Amino acid sequence: MEKKLLLGDEAIALGALHAGLSGVYAYPGTPSTEITEFIQGSPLAKERKVRSRWCTNEKTAMEAALGMSFMGKRALVCMKHVGLNVCADPFVNSGMTGVNGGVIVLVADDPSMHSSQDEQDSRYYGKFAMIPTFEPSNQQEAYDMMEVAFEYSELQKLPVLMRVTTRMAHSRAVVKVKSEARQQNELNYNSVAANWVLLPANARRRNDVVTAQQKQLEEDAVNSTYNIFNEGQDKSLGIIASGIGYNYVNECFPKGCPYPVLKISQYPLPKKLVRRLLEECEKVLIVEEGQPFIEDIVRGVCENKNILGKLDGALPRTGELNPDIVKKALGIECDQCFAPCEDVTQRPPALCMGCGHRDVYTALNEVLREYDNPRVFGDIGCYTLGFLPPFRAIHSCVDMGASITMAKGAADAGQWPAVAIIGDSTFTHSGMTGLLDAINENANITVIISDNLTTGMTGGQDSAGTNKFEAICRGLGLSDEHLKVVVPLPKNMPEITKIIREEINYKGTSVIIPRRECMQTLQRHLKQKKTQEGKQ
Amino acid sequence: MKTDIILCGVGGQGILSIATIIGEAAMNENLYIKQAEVHGMSQRGGDVQSNLRISSNPIASDLIARGGADVIISMEPMEALRYLPFLSKEGWVITSSTPFKNIPNYPDIDVINADLAKLPHVITLNIEQMAKDNGVPRSANVILLGAAQKALGIEYEKLEDAIRRVFGRKGEAIVEANIKALALGREAQK
Repeated sequence: MEKKLLLGDEAIALGALHAGLSGVYAYPGTPSTEITEFIQGSPLAKERKVRSRWCTNEKTAMEAALGMSFMGKRALVCMKHVGLNVCADPFVNSGMTGVNGGVIVLVADDPSMHSSQDEQDSRYYGKFAMIPTFEPSNQQEAYDMMEVAFEYSELQKLPVLMRVTTRMAHSRAVVKVKSEARQQNELNYNSVAANWVLLPANARRRNDVVTAQQKQLEEDAVNSTYNIFNEGQDKSLGIIASGIGYNYVNECFPKGCPYPVLKISQYPLPKKLVRRLLEECEKVLIVEEGQPFIEDIVRGVCENKNILGKLDGALPRTGELNPDIVKKALGIECDQCFAPCEDVTQRPPALCMGCGHRDVYTALNEVLREYDNPRVFGDIGCYTLGFLPPFRAIHSCVDMGASITMAKGAADAGQWPAVAIIGDSTFTHSGMTGLLDAINENANITVIISDNLTTGMTGGQDSAGTNKFEAICRGLGLSDEHLKVVVPLPKNMPEITKIIREEINYKGTSVIIPRRECMQTLQRHLKQKKTQEGKQ
Repeated sequence: MKTDIILCGVGGQGILSIATIIGEAAMNENLYIKQAEVHGMSQRGGDVQSNLRISSNPIASDLIARGGADVIISMEPMEALRYLPFLSKEGWVITSSTPFKNIPNYPDIDVINADLAKLPHVITLNIEQMAKDNGVPRSANVILLGAAQKALGIEYEKLEDAIRRVFGRKGEAIVEANIKALALGREAQK
């Protein structure tokens, strides 16, 4: 045993490596990015040739992981919560095929939306895909659970969904780790085609098998060492606490909790344990990070005033939990504190000084002033900040790739000018198919692929399409005449604005690629170069 | 012992390297640690903070409750004030005095200084200037750490050792610059 100070994400990564991982598949997404980055930098992973390169999107990641599992090896797929929407198809159907080598689908939810567009709770996905779900409450548990979850995945022949939230993913703690890693699985041919070919006849049989398996999964959750029933003397209240909600409950009672507490970290929900708590206690408070997933099940359709949680206002319905919120729900007085200082002003995030996206928006705004009611459909990335002053340049940002398809739909409705702005990494993630739709109909839209040669917002990971964008656009059928590349710099403003104007005025699909390296990665590369030169 | 610390500043100011040194010192003392960081979008020039908790007993929550922080260490004076509701009534604020103005409506610095002066325990230092004057221009944040040493409840020598371990692989010159910066901070807290 060795002690290490690890982020929750790093504990997960190391836990997976120590559990004999053969491949990690992921697209960067806050708060999950550091898992894959840790594996990419790990000497053990290098020695064991653990596959770890970034994938084009979560769907390709999930499917490749299934392929690795098909051949008998252990695979980890990592993503942020909205990434699970992107790979929902292979995820849900992996519940039907089952697995050969263990598969863990690690999803990091982002309640309070620190860096996301919604607050969806991935536990619902686990439930409807009938896939067992684990939810560690701290970094140590996250590390330990990886091996347990891989074992469980191989025992049940099902993938396991591991759900964490921002505060666990991005918080460090001392973790005791093993000094020896389990051997990686050997390649095998145990996968049976009749389980993996989801023709209706096979799928119906698999559906019956997996449905029948649910009883066992719930029984396992009842007996899980991660679902703990802590006895308490005072039965006026019982507490159900899941994931990191358990920590906030404990924080409220430094000398020990007087009430019975049911800690939940493995699903399907162990109803037997829940019933016991409900029977023993006068009231039950449900403390869970995210949406009221457990609470909804416990309440059912009955009006029960003795169940407290997010649906009756005992806890806020939205946003992440914190010690103060949980204290309040438990009727514990908060510490005396200073009032917020009224002179403090907001300091929202902004595009970096010198960032190429800035020049793109400056040029775009200048040109669009010449038109009545122009509409700009944005996308997910640093450039979403173009919504804020001083640019106020975009009118929508929905999901990865929606800029191009929404611009097309708007053009279909008669809108002109309809402009899409999308980053390079987002374009390869989910923009290419939409561009094909547009090109096939020669939709009257102007697509700007703002290429900074990296996946910027998550910290500068490799972008799958670097050096290939012109070729991709041509391959999708775009004519060279309406494929323009510019360098977004203030000195090039006359050229850039001229090109944008021409392409907006062209009645059909055109693509403009402003290309200049991200300031963050540029500084990093210059620093690396300097260090290299210093060594020579 | 138990110390709850809020480290704050503006994205890119290097609050996490202060956390790394404190974490290393605490780890070496076999203390429990929890350190919640901010990653992702908010790092782009927005306000950033990290909740750092060290204790001789296990720590439950990754986040500090209101009124619970023993120390706020801030790389920026207005940012120090942002987290006041989390400061305990007898807590310390150790902050850089240099405003970071990347917003159009940054308040009058005299107002900020007056707000800081109202607090019971404050150390305000022009760490950028001190670092330049003493030939350690890249170690301004470690001056702040030195000034927070007593409030943190960690022995000075333990922080020194931690600096040696954290910066060791970057070479002796960088280690010495940071140890000098730590000493400058210690002088300032007297």
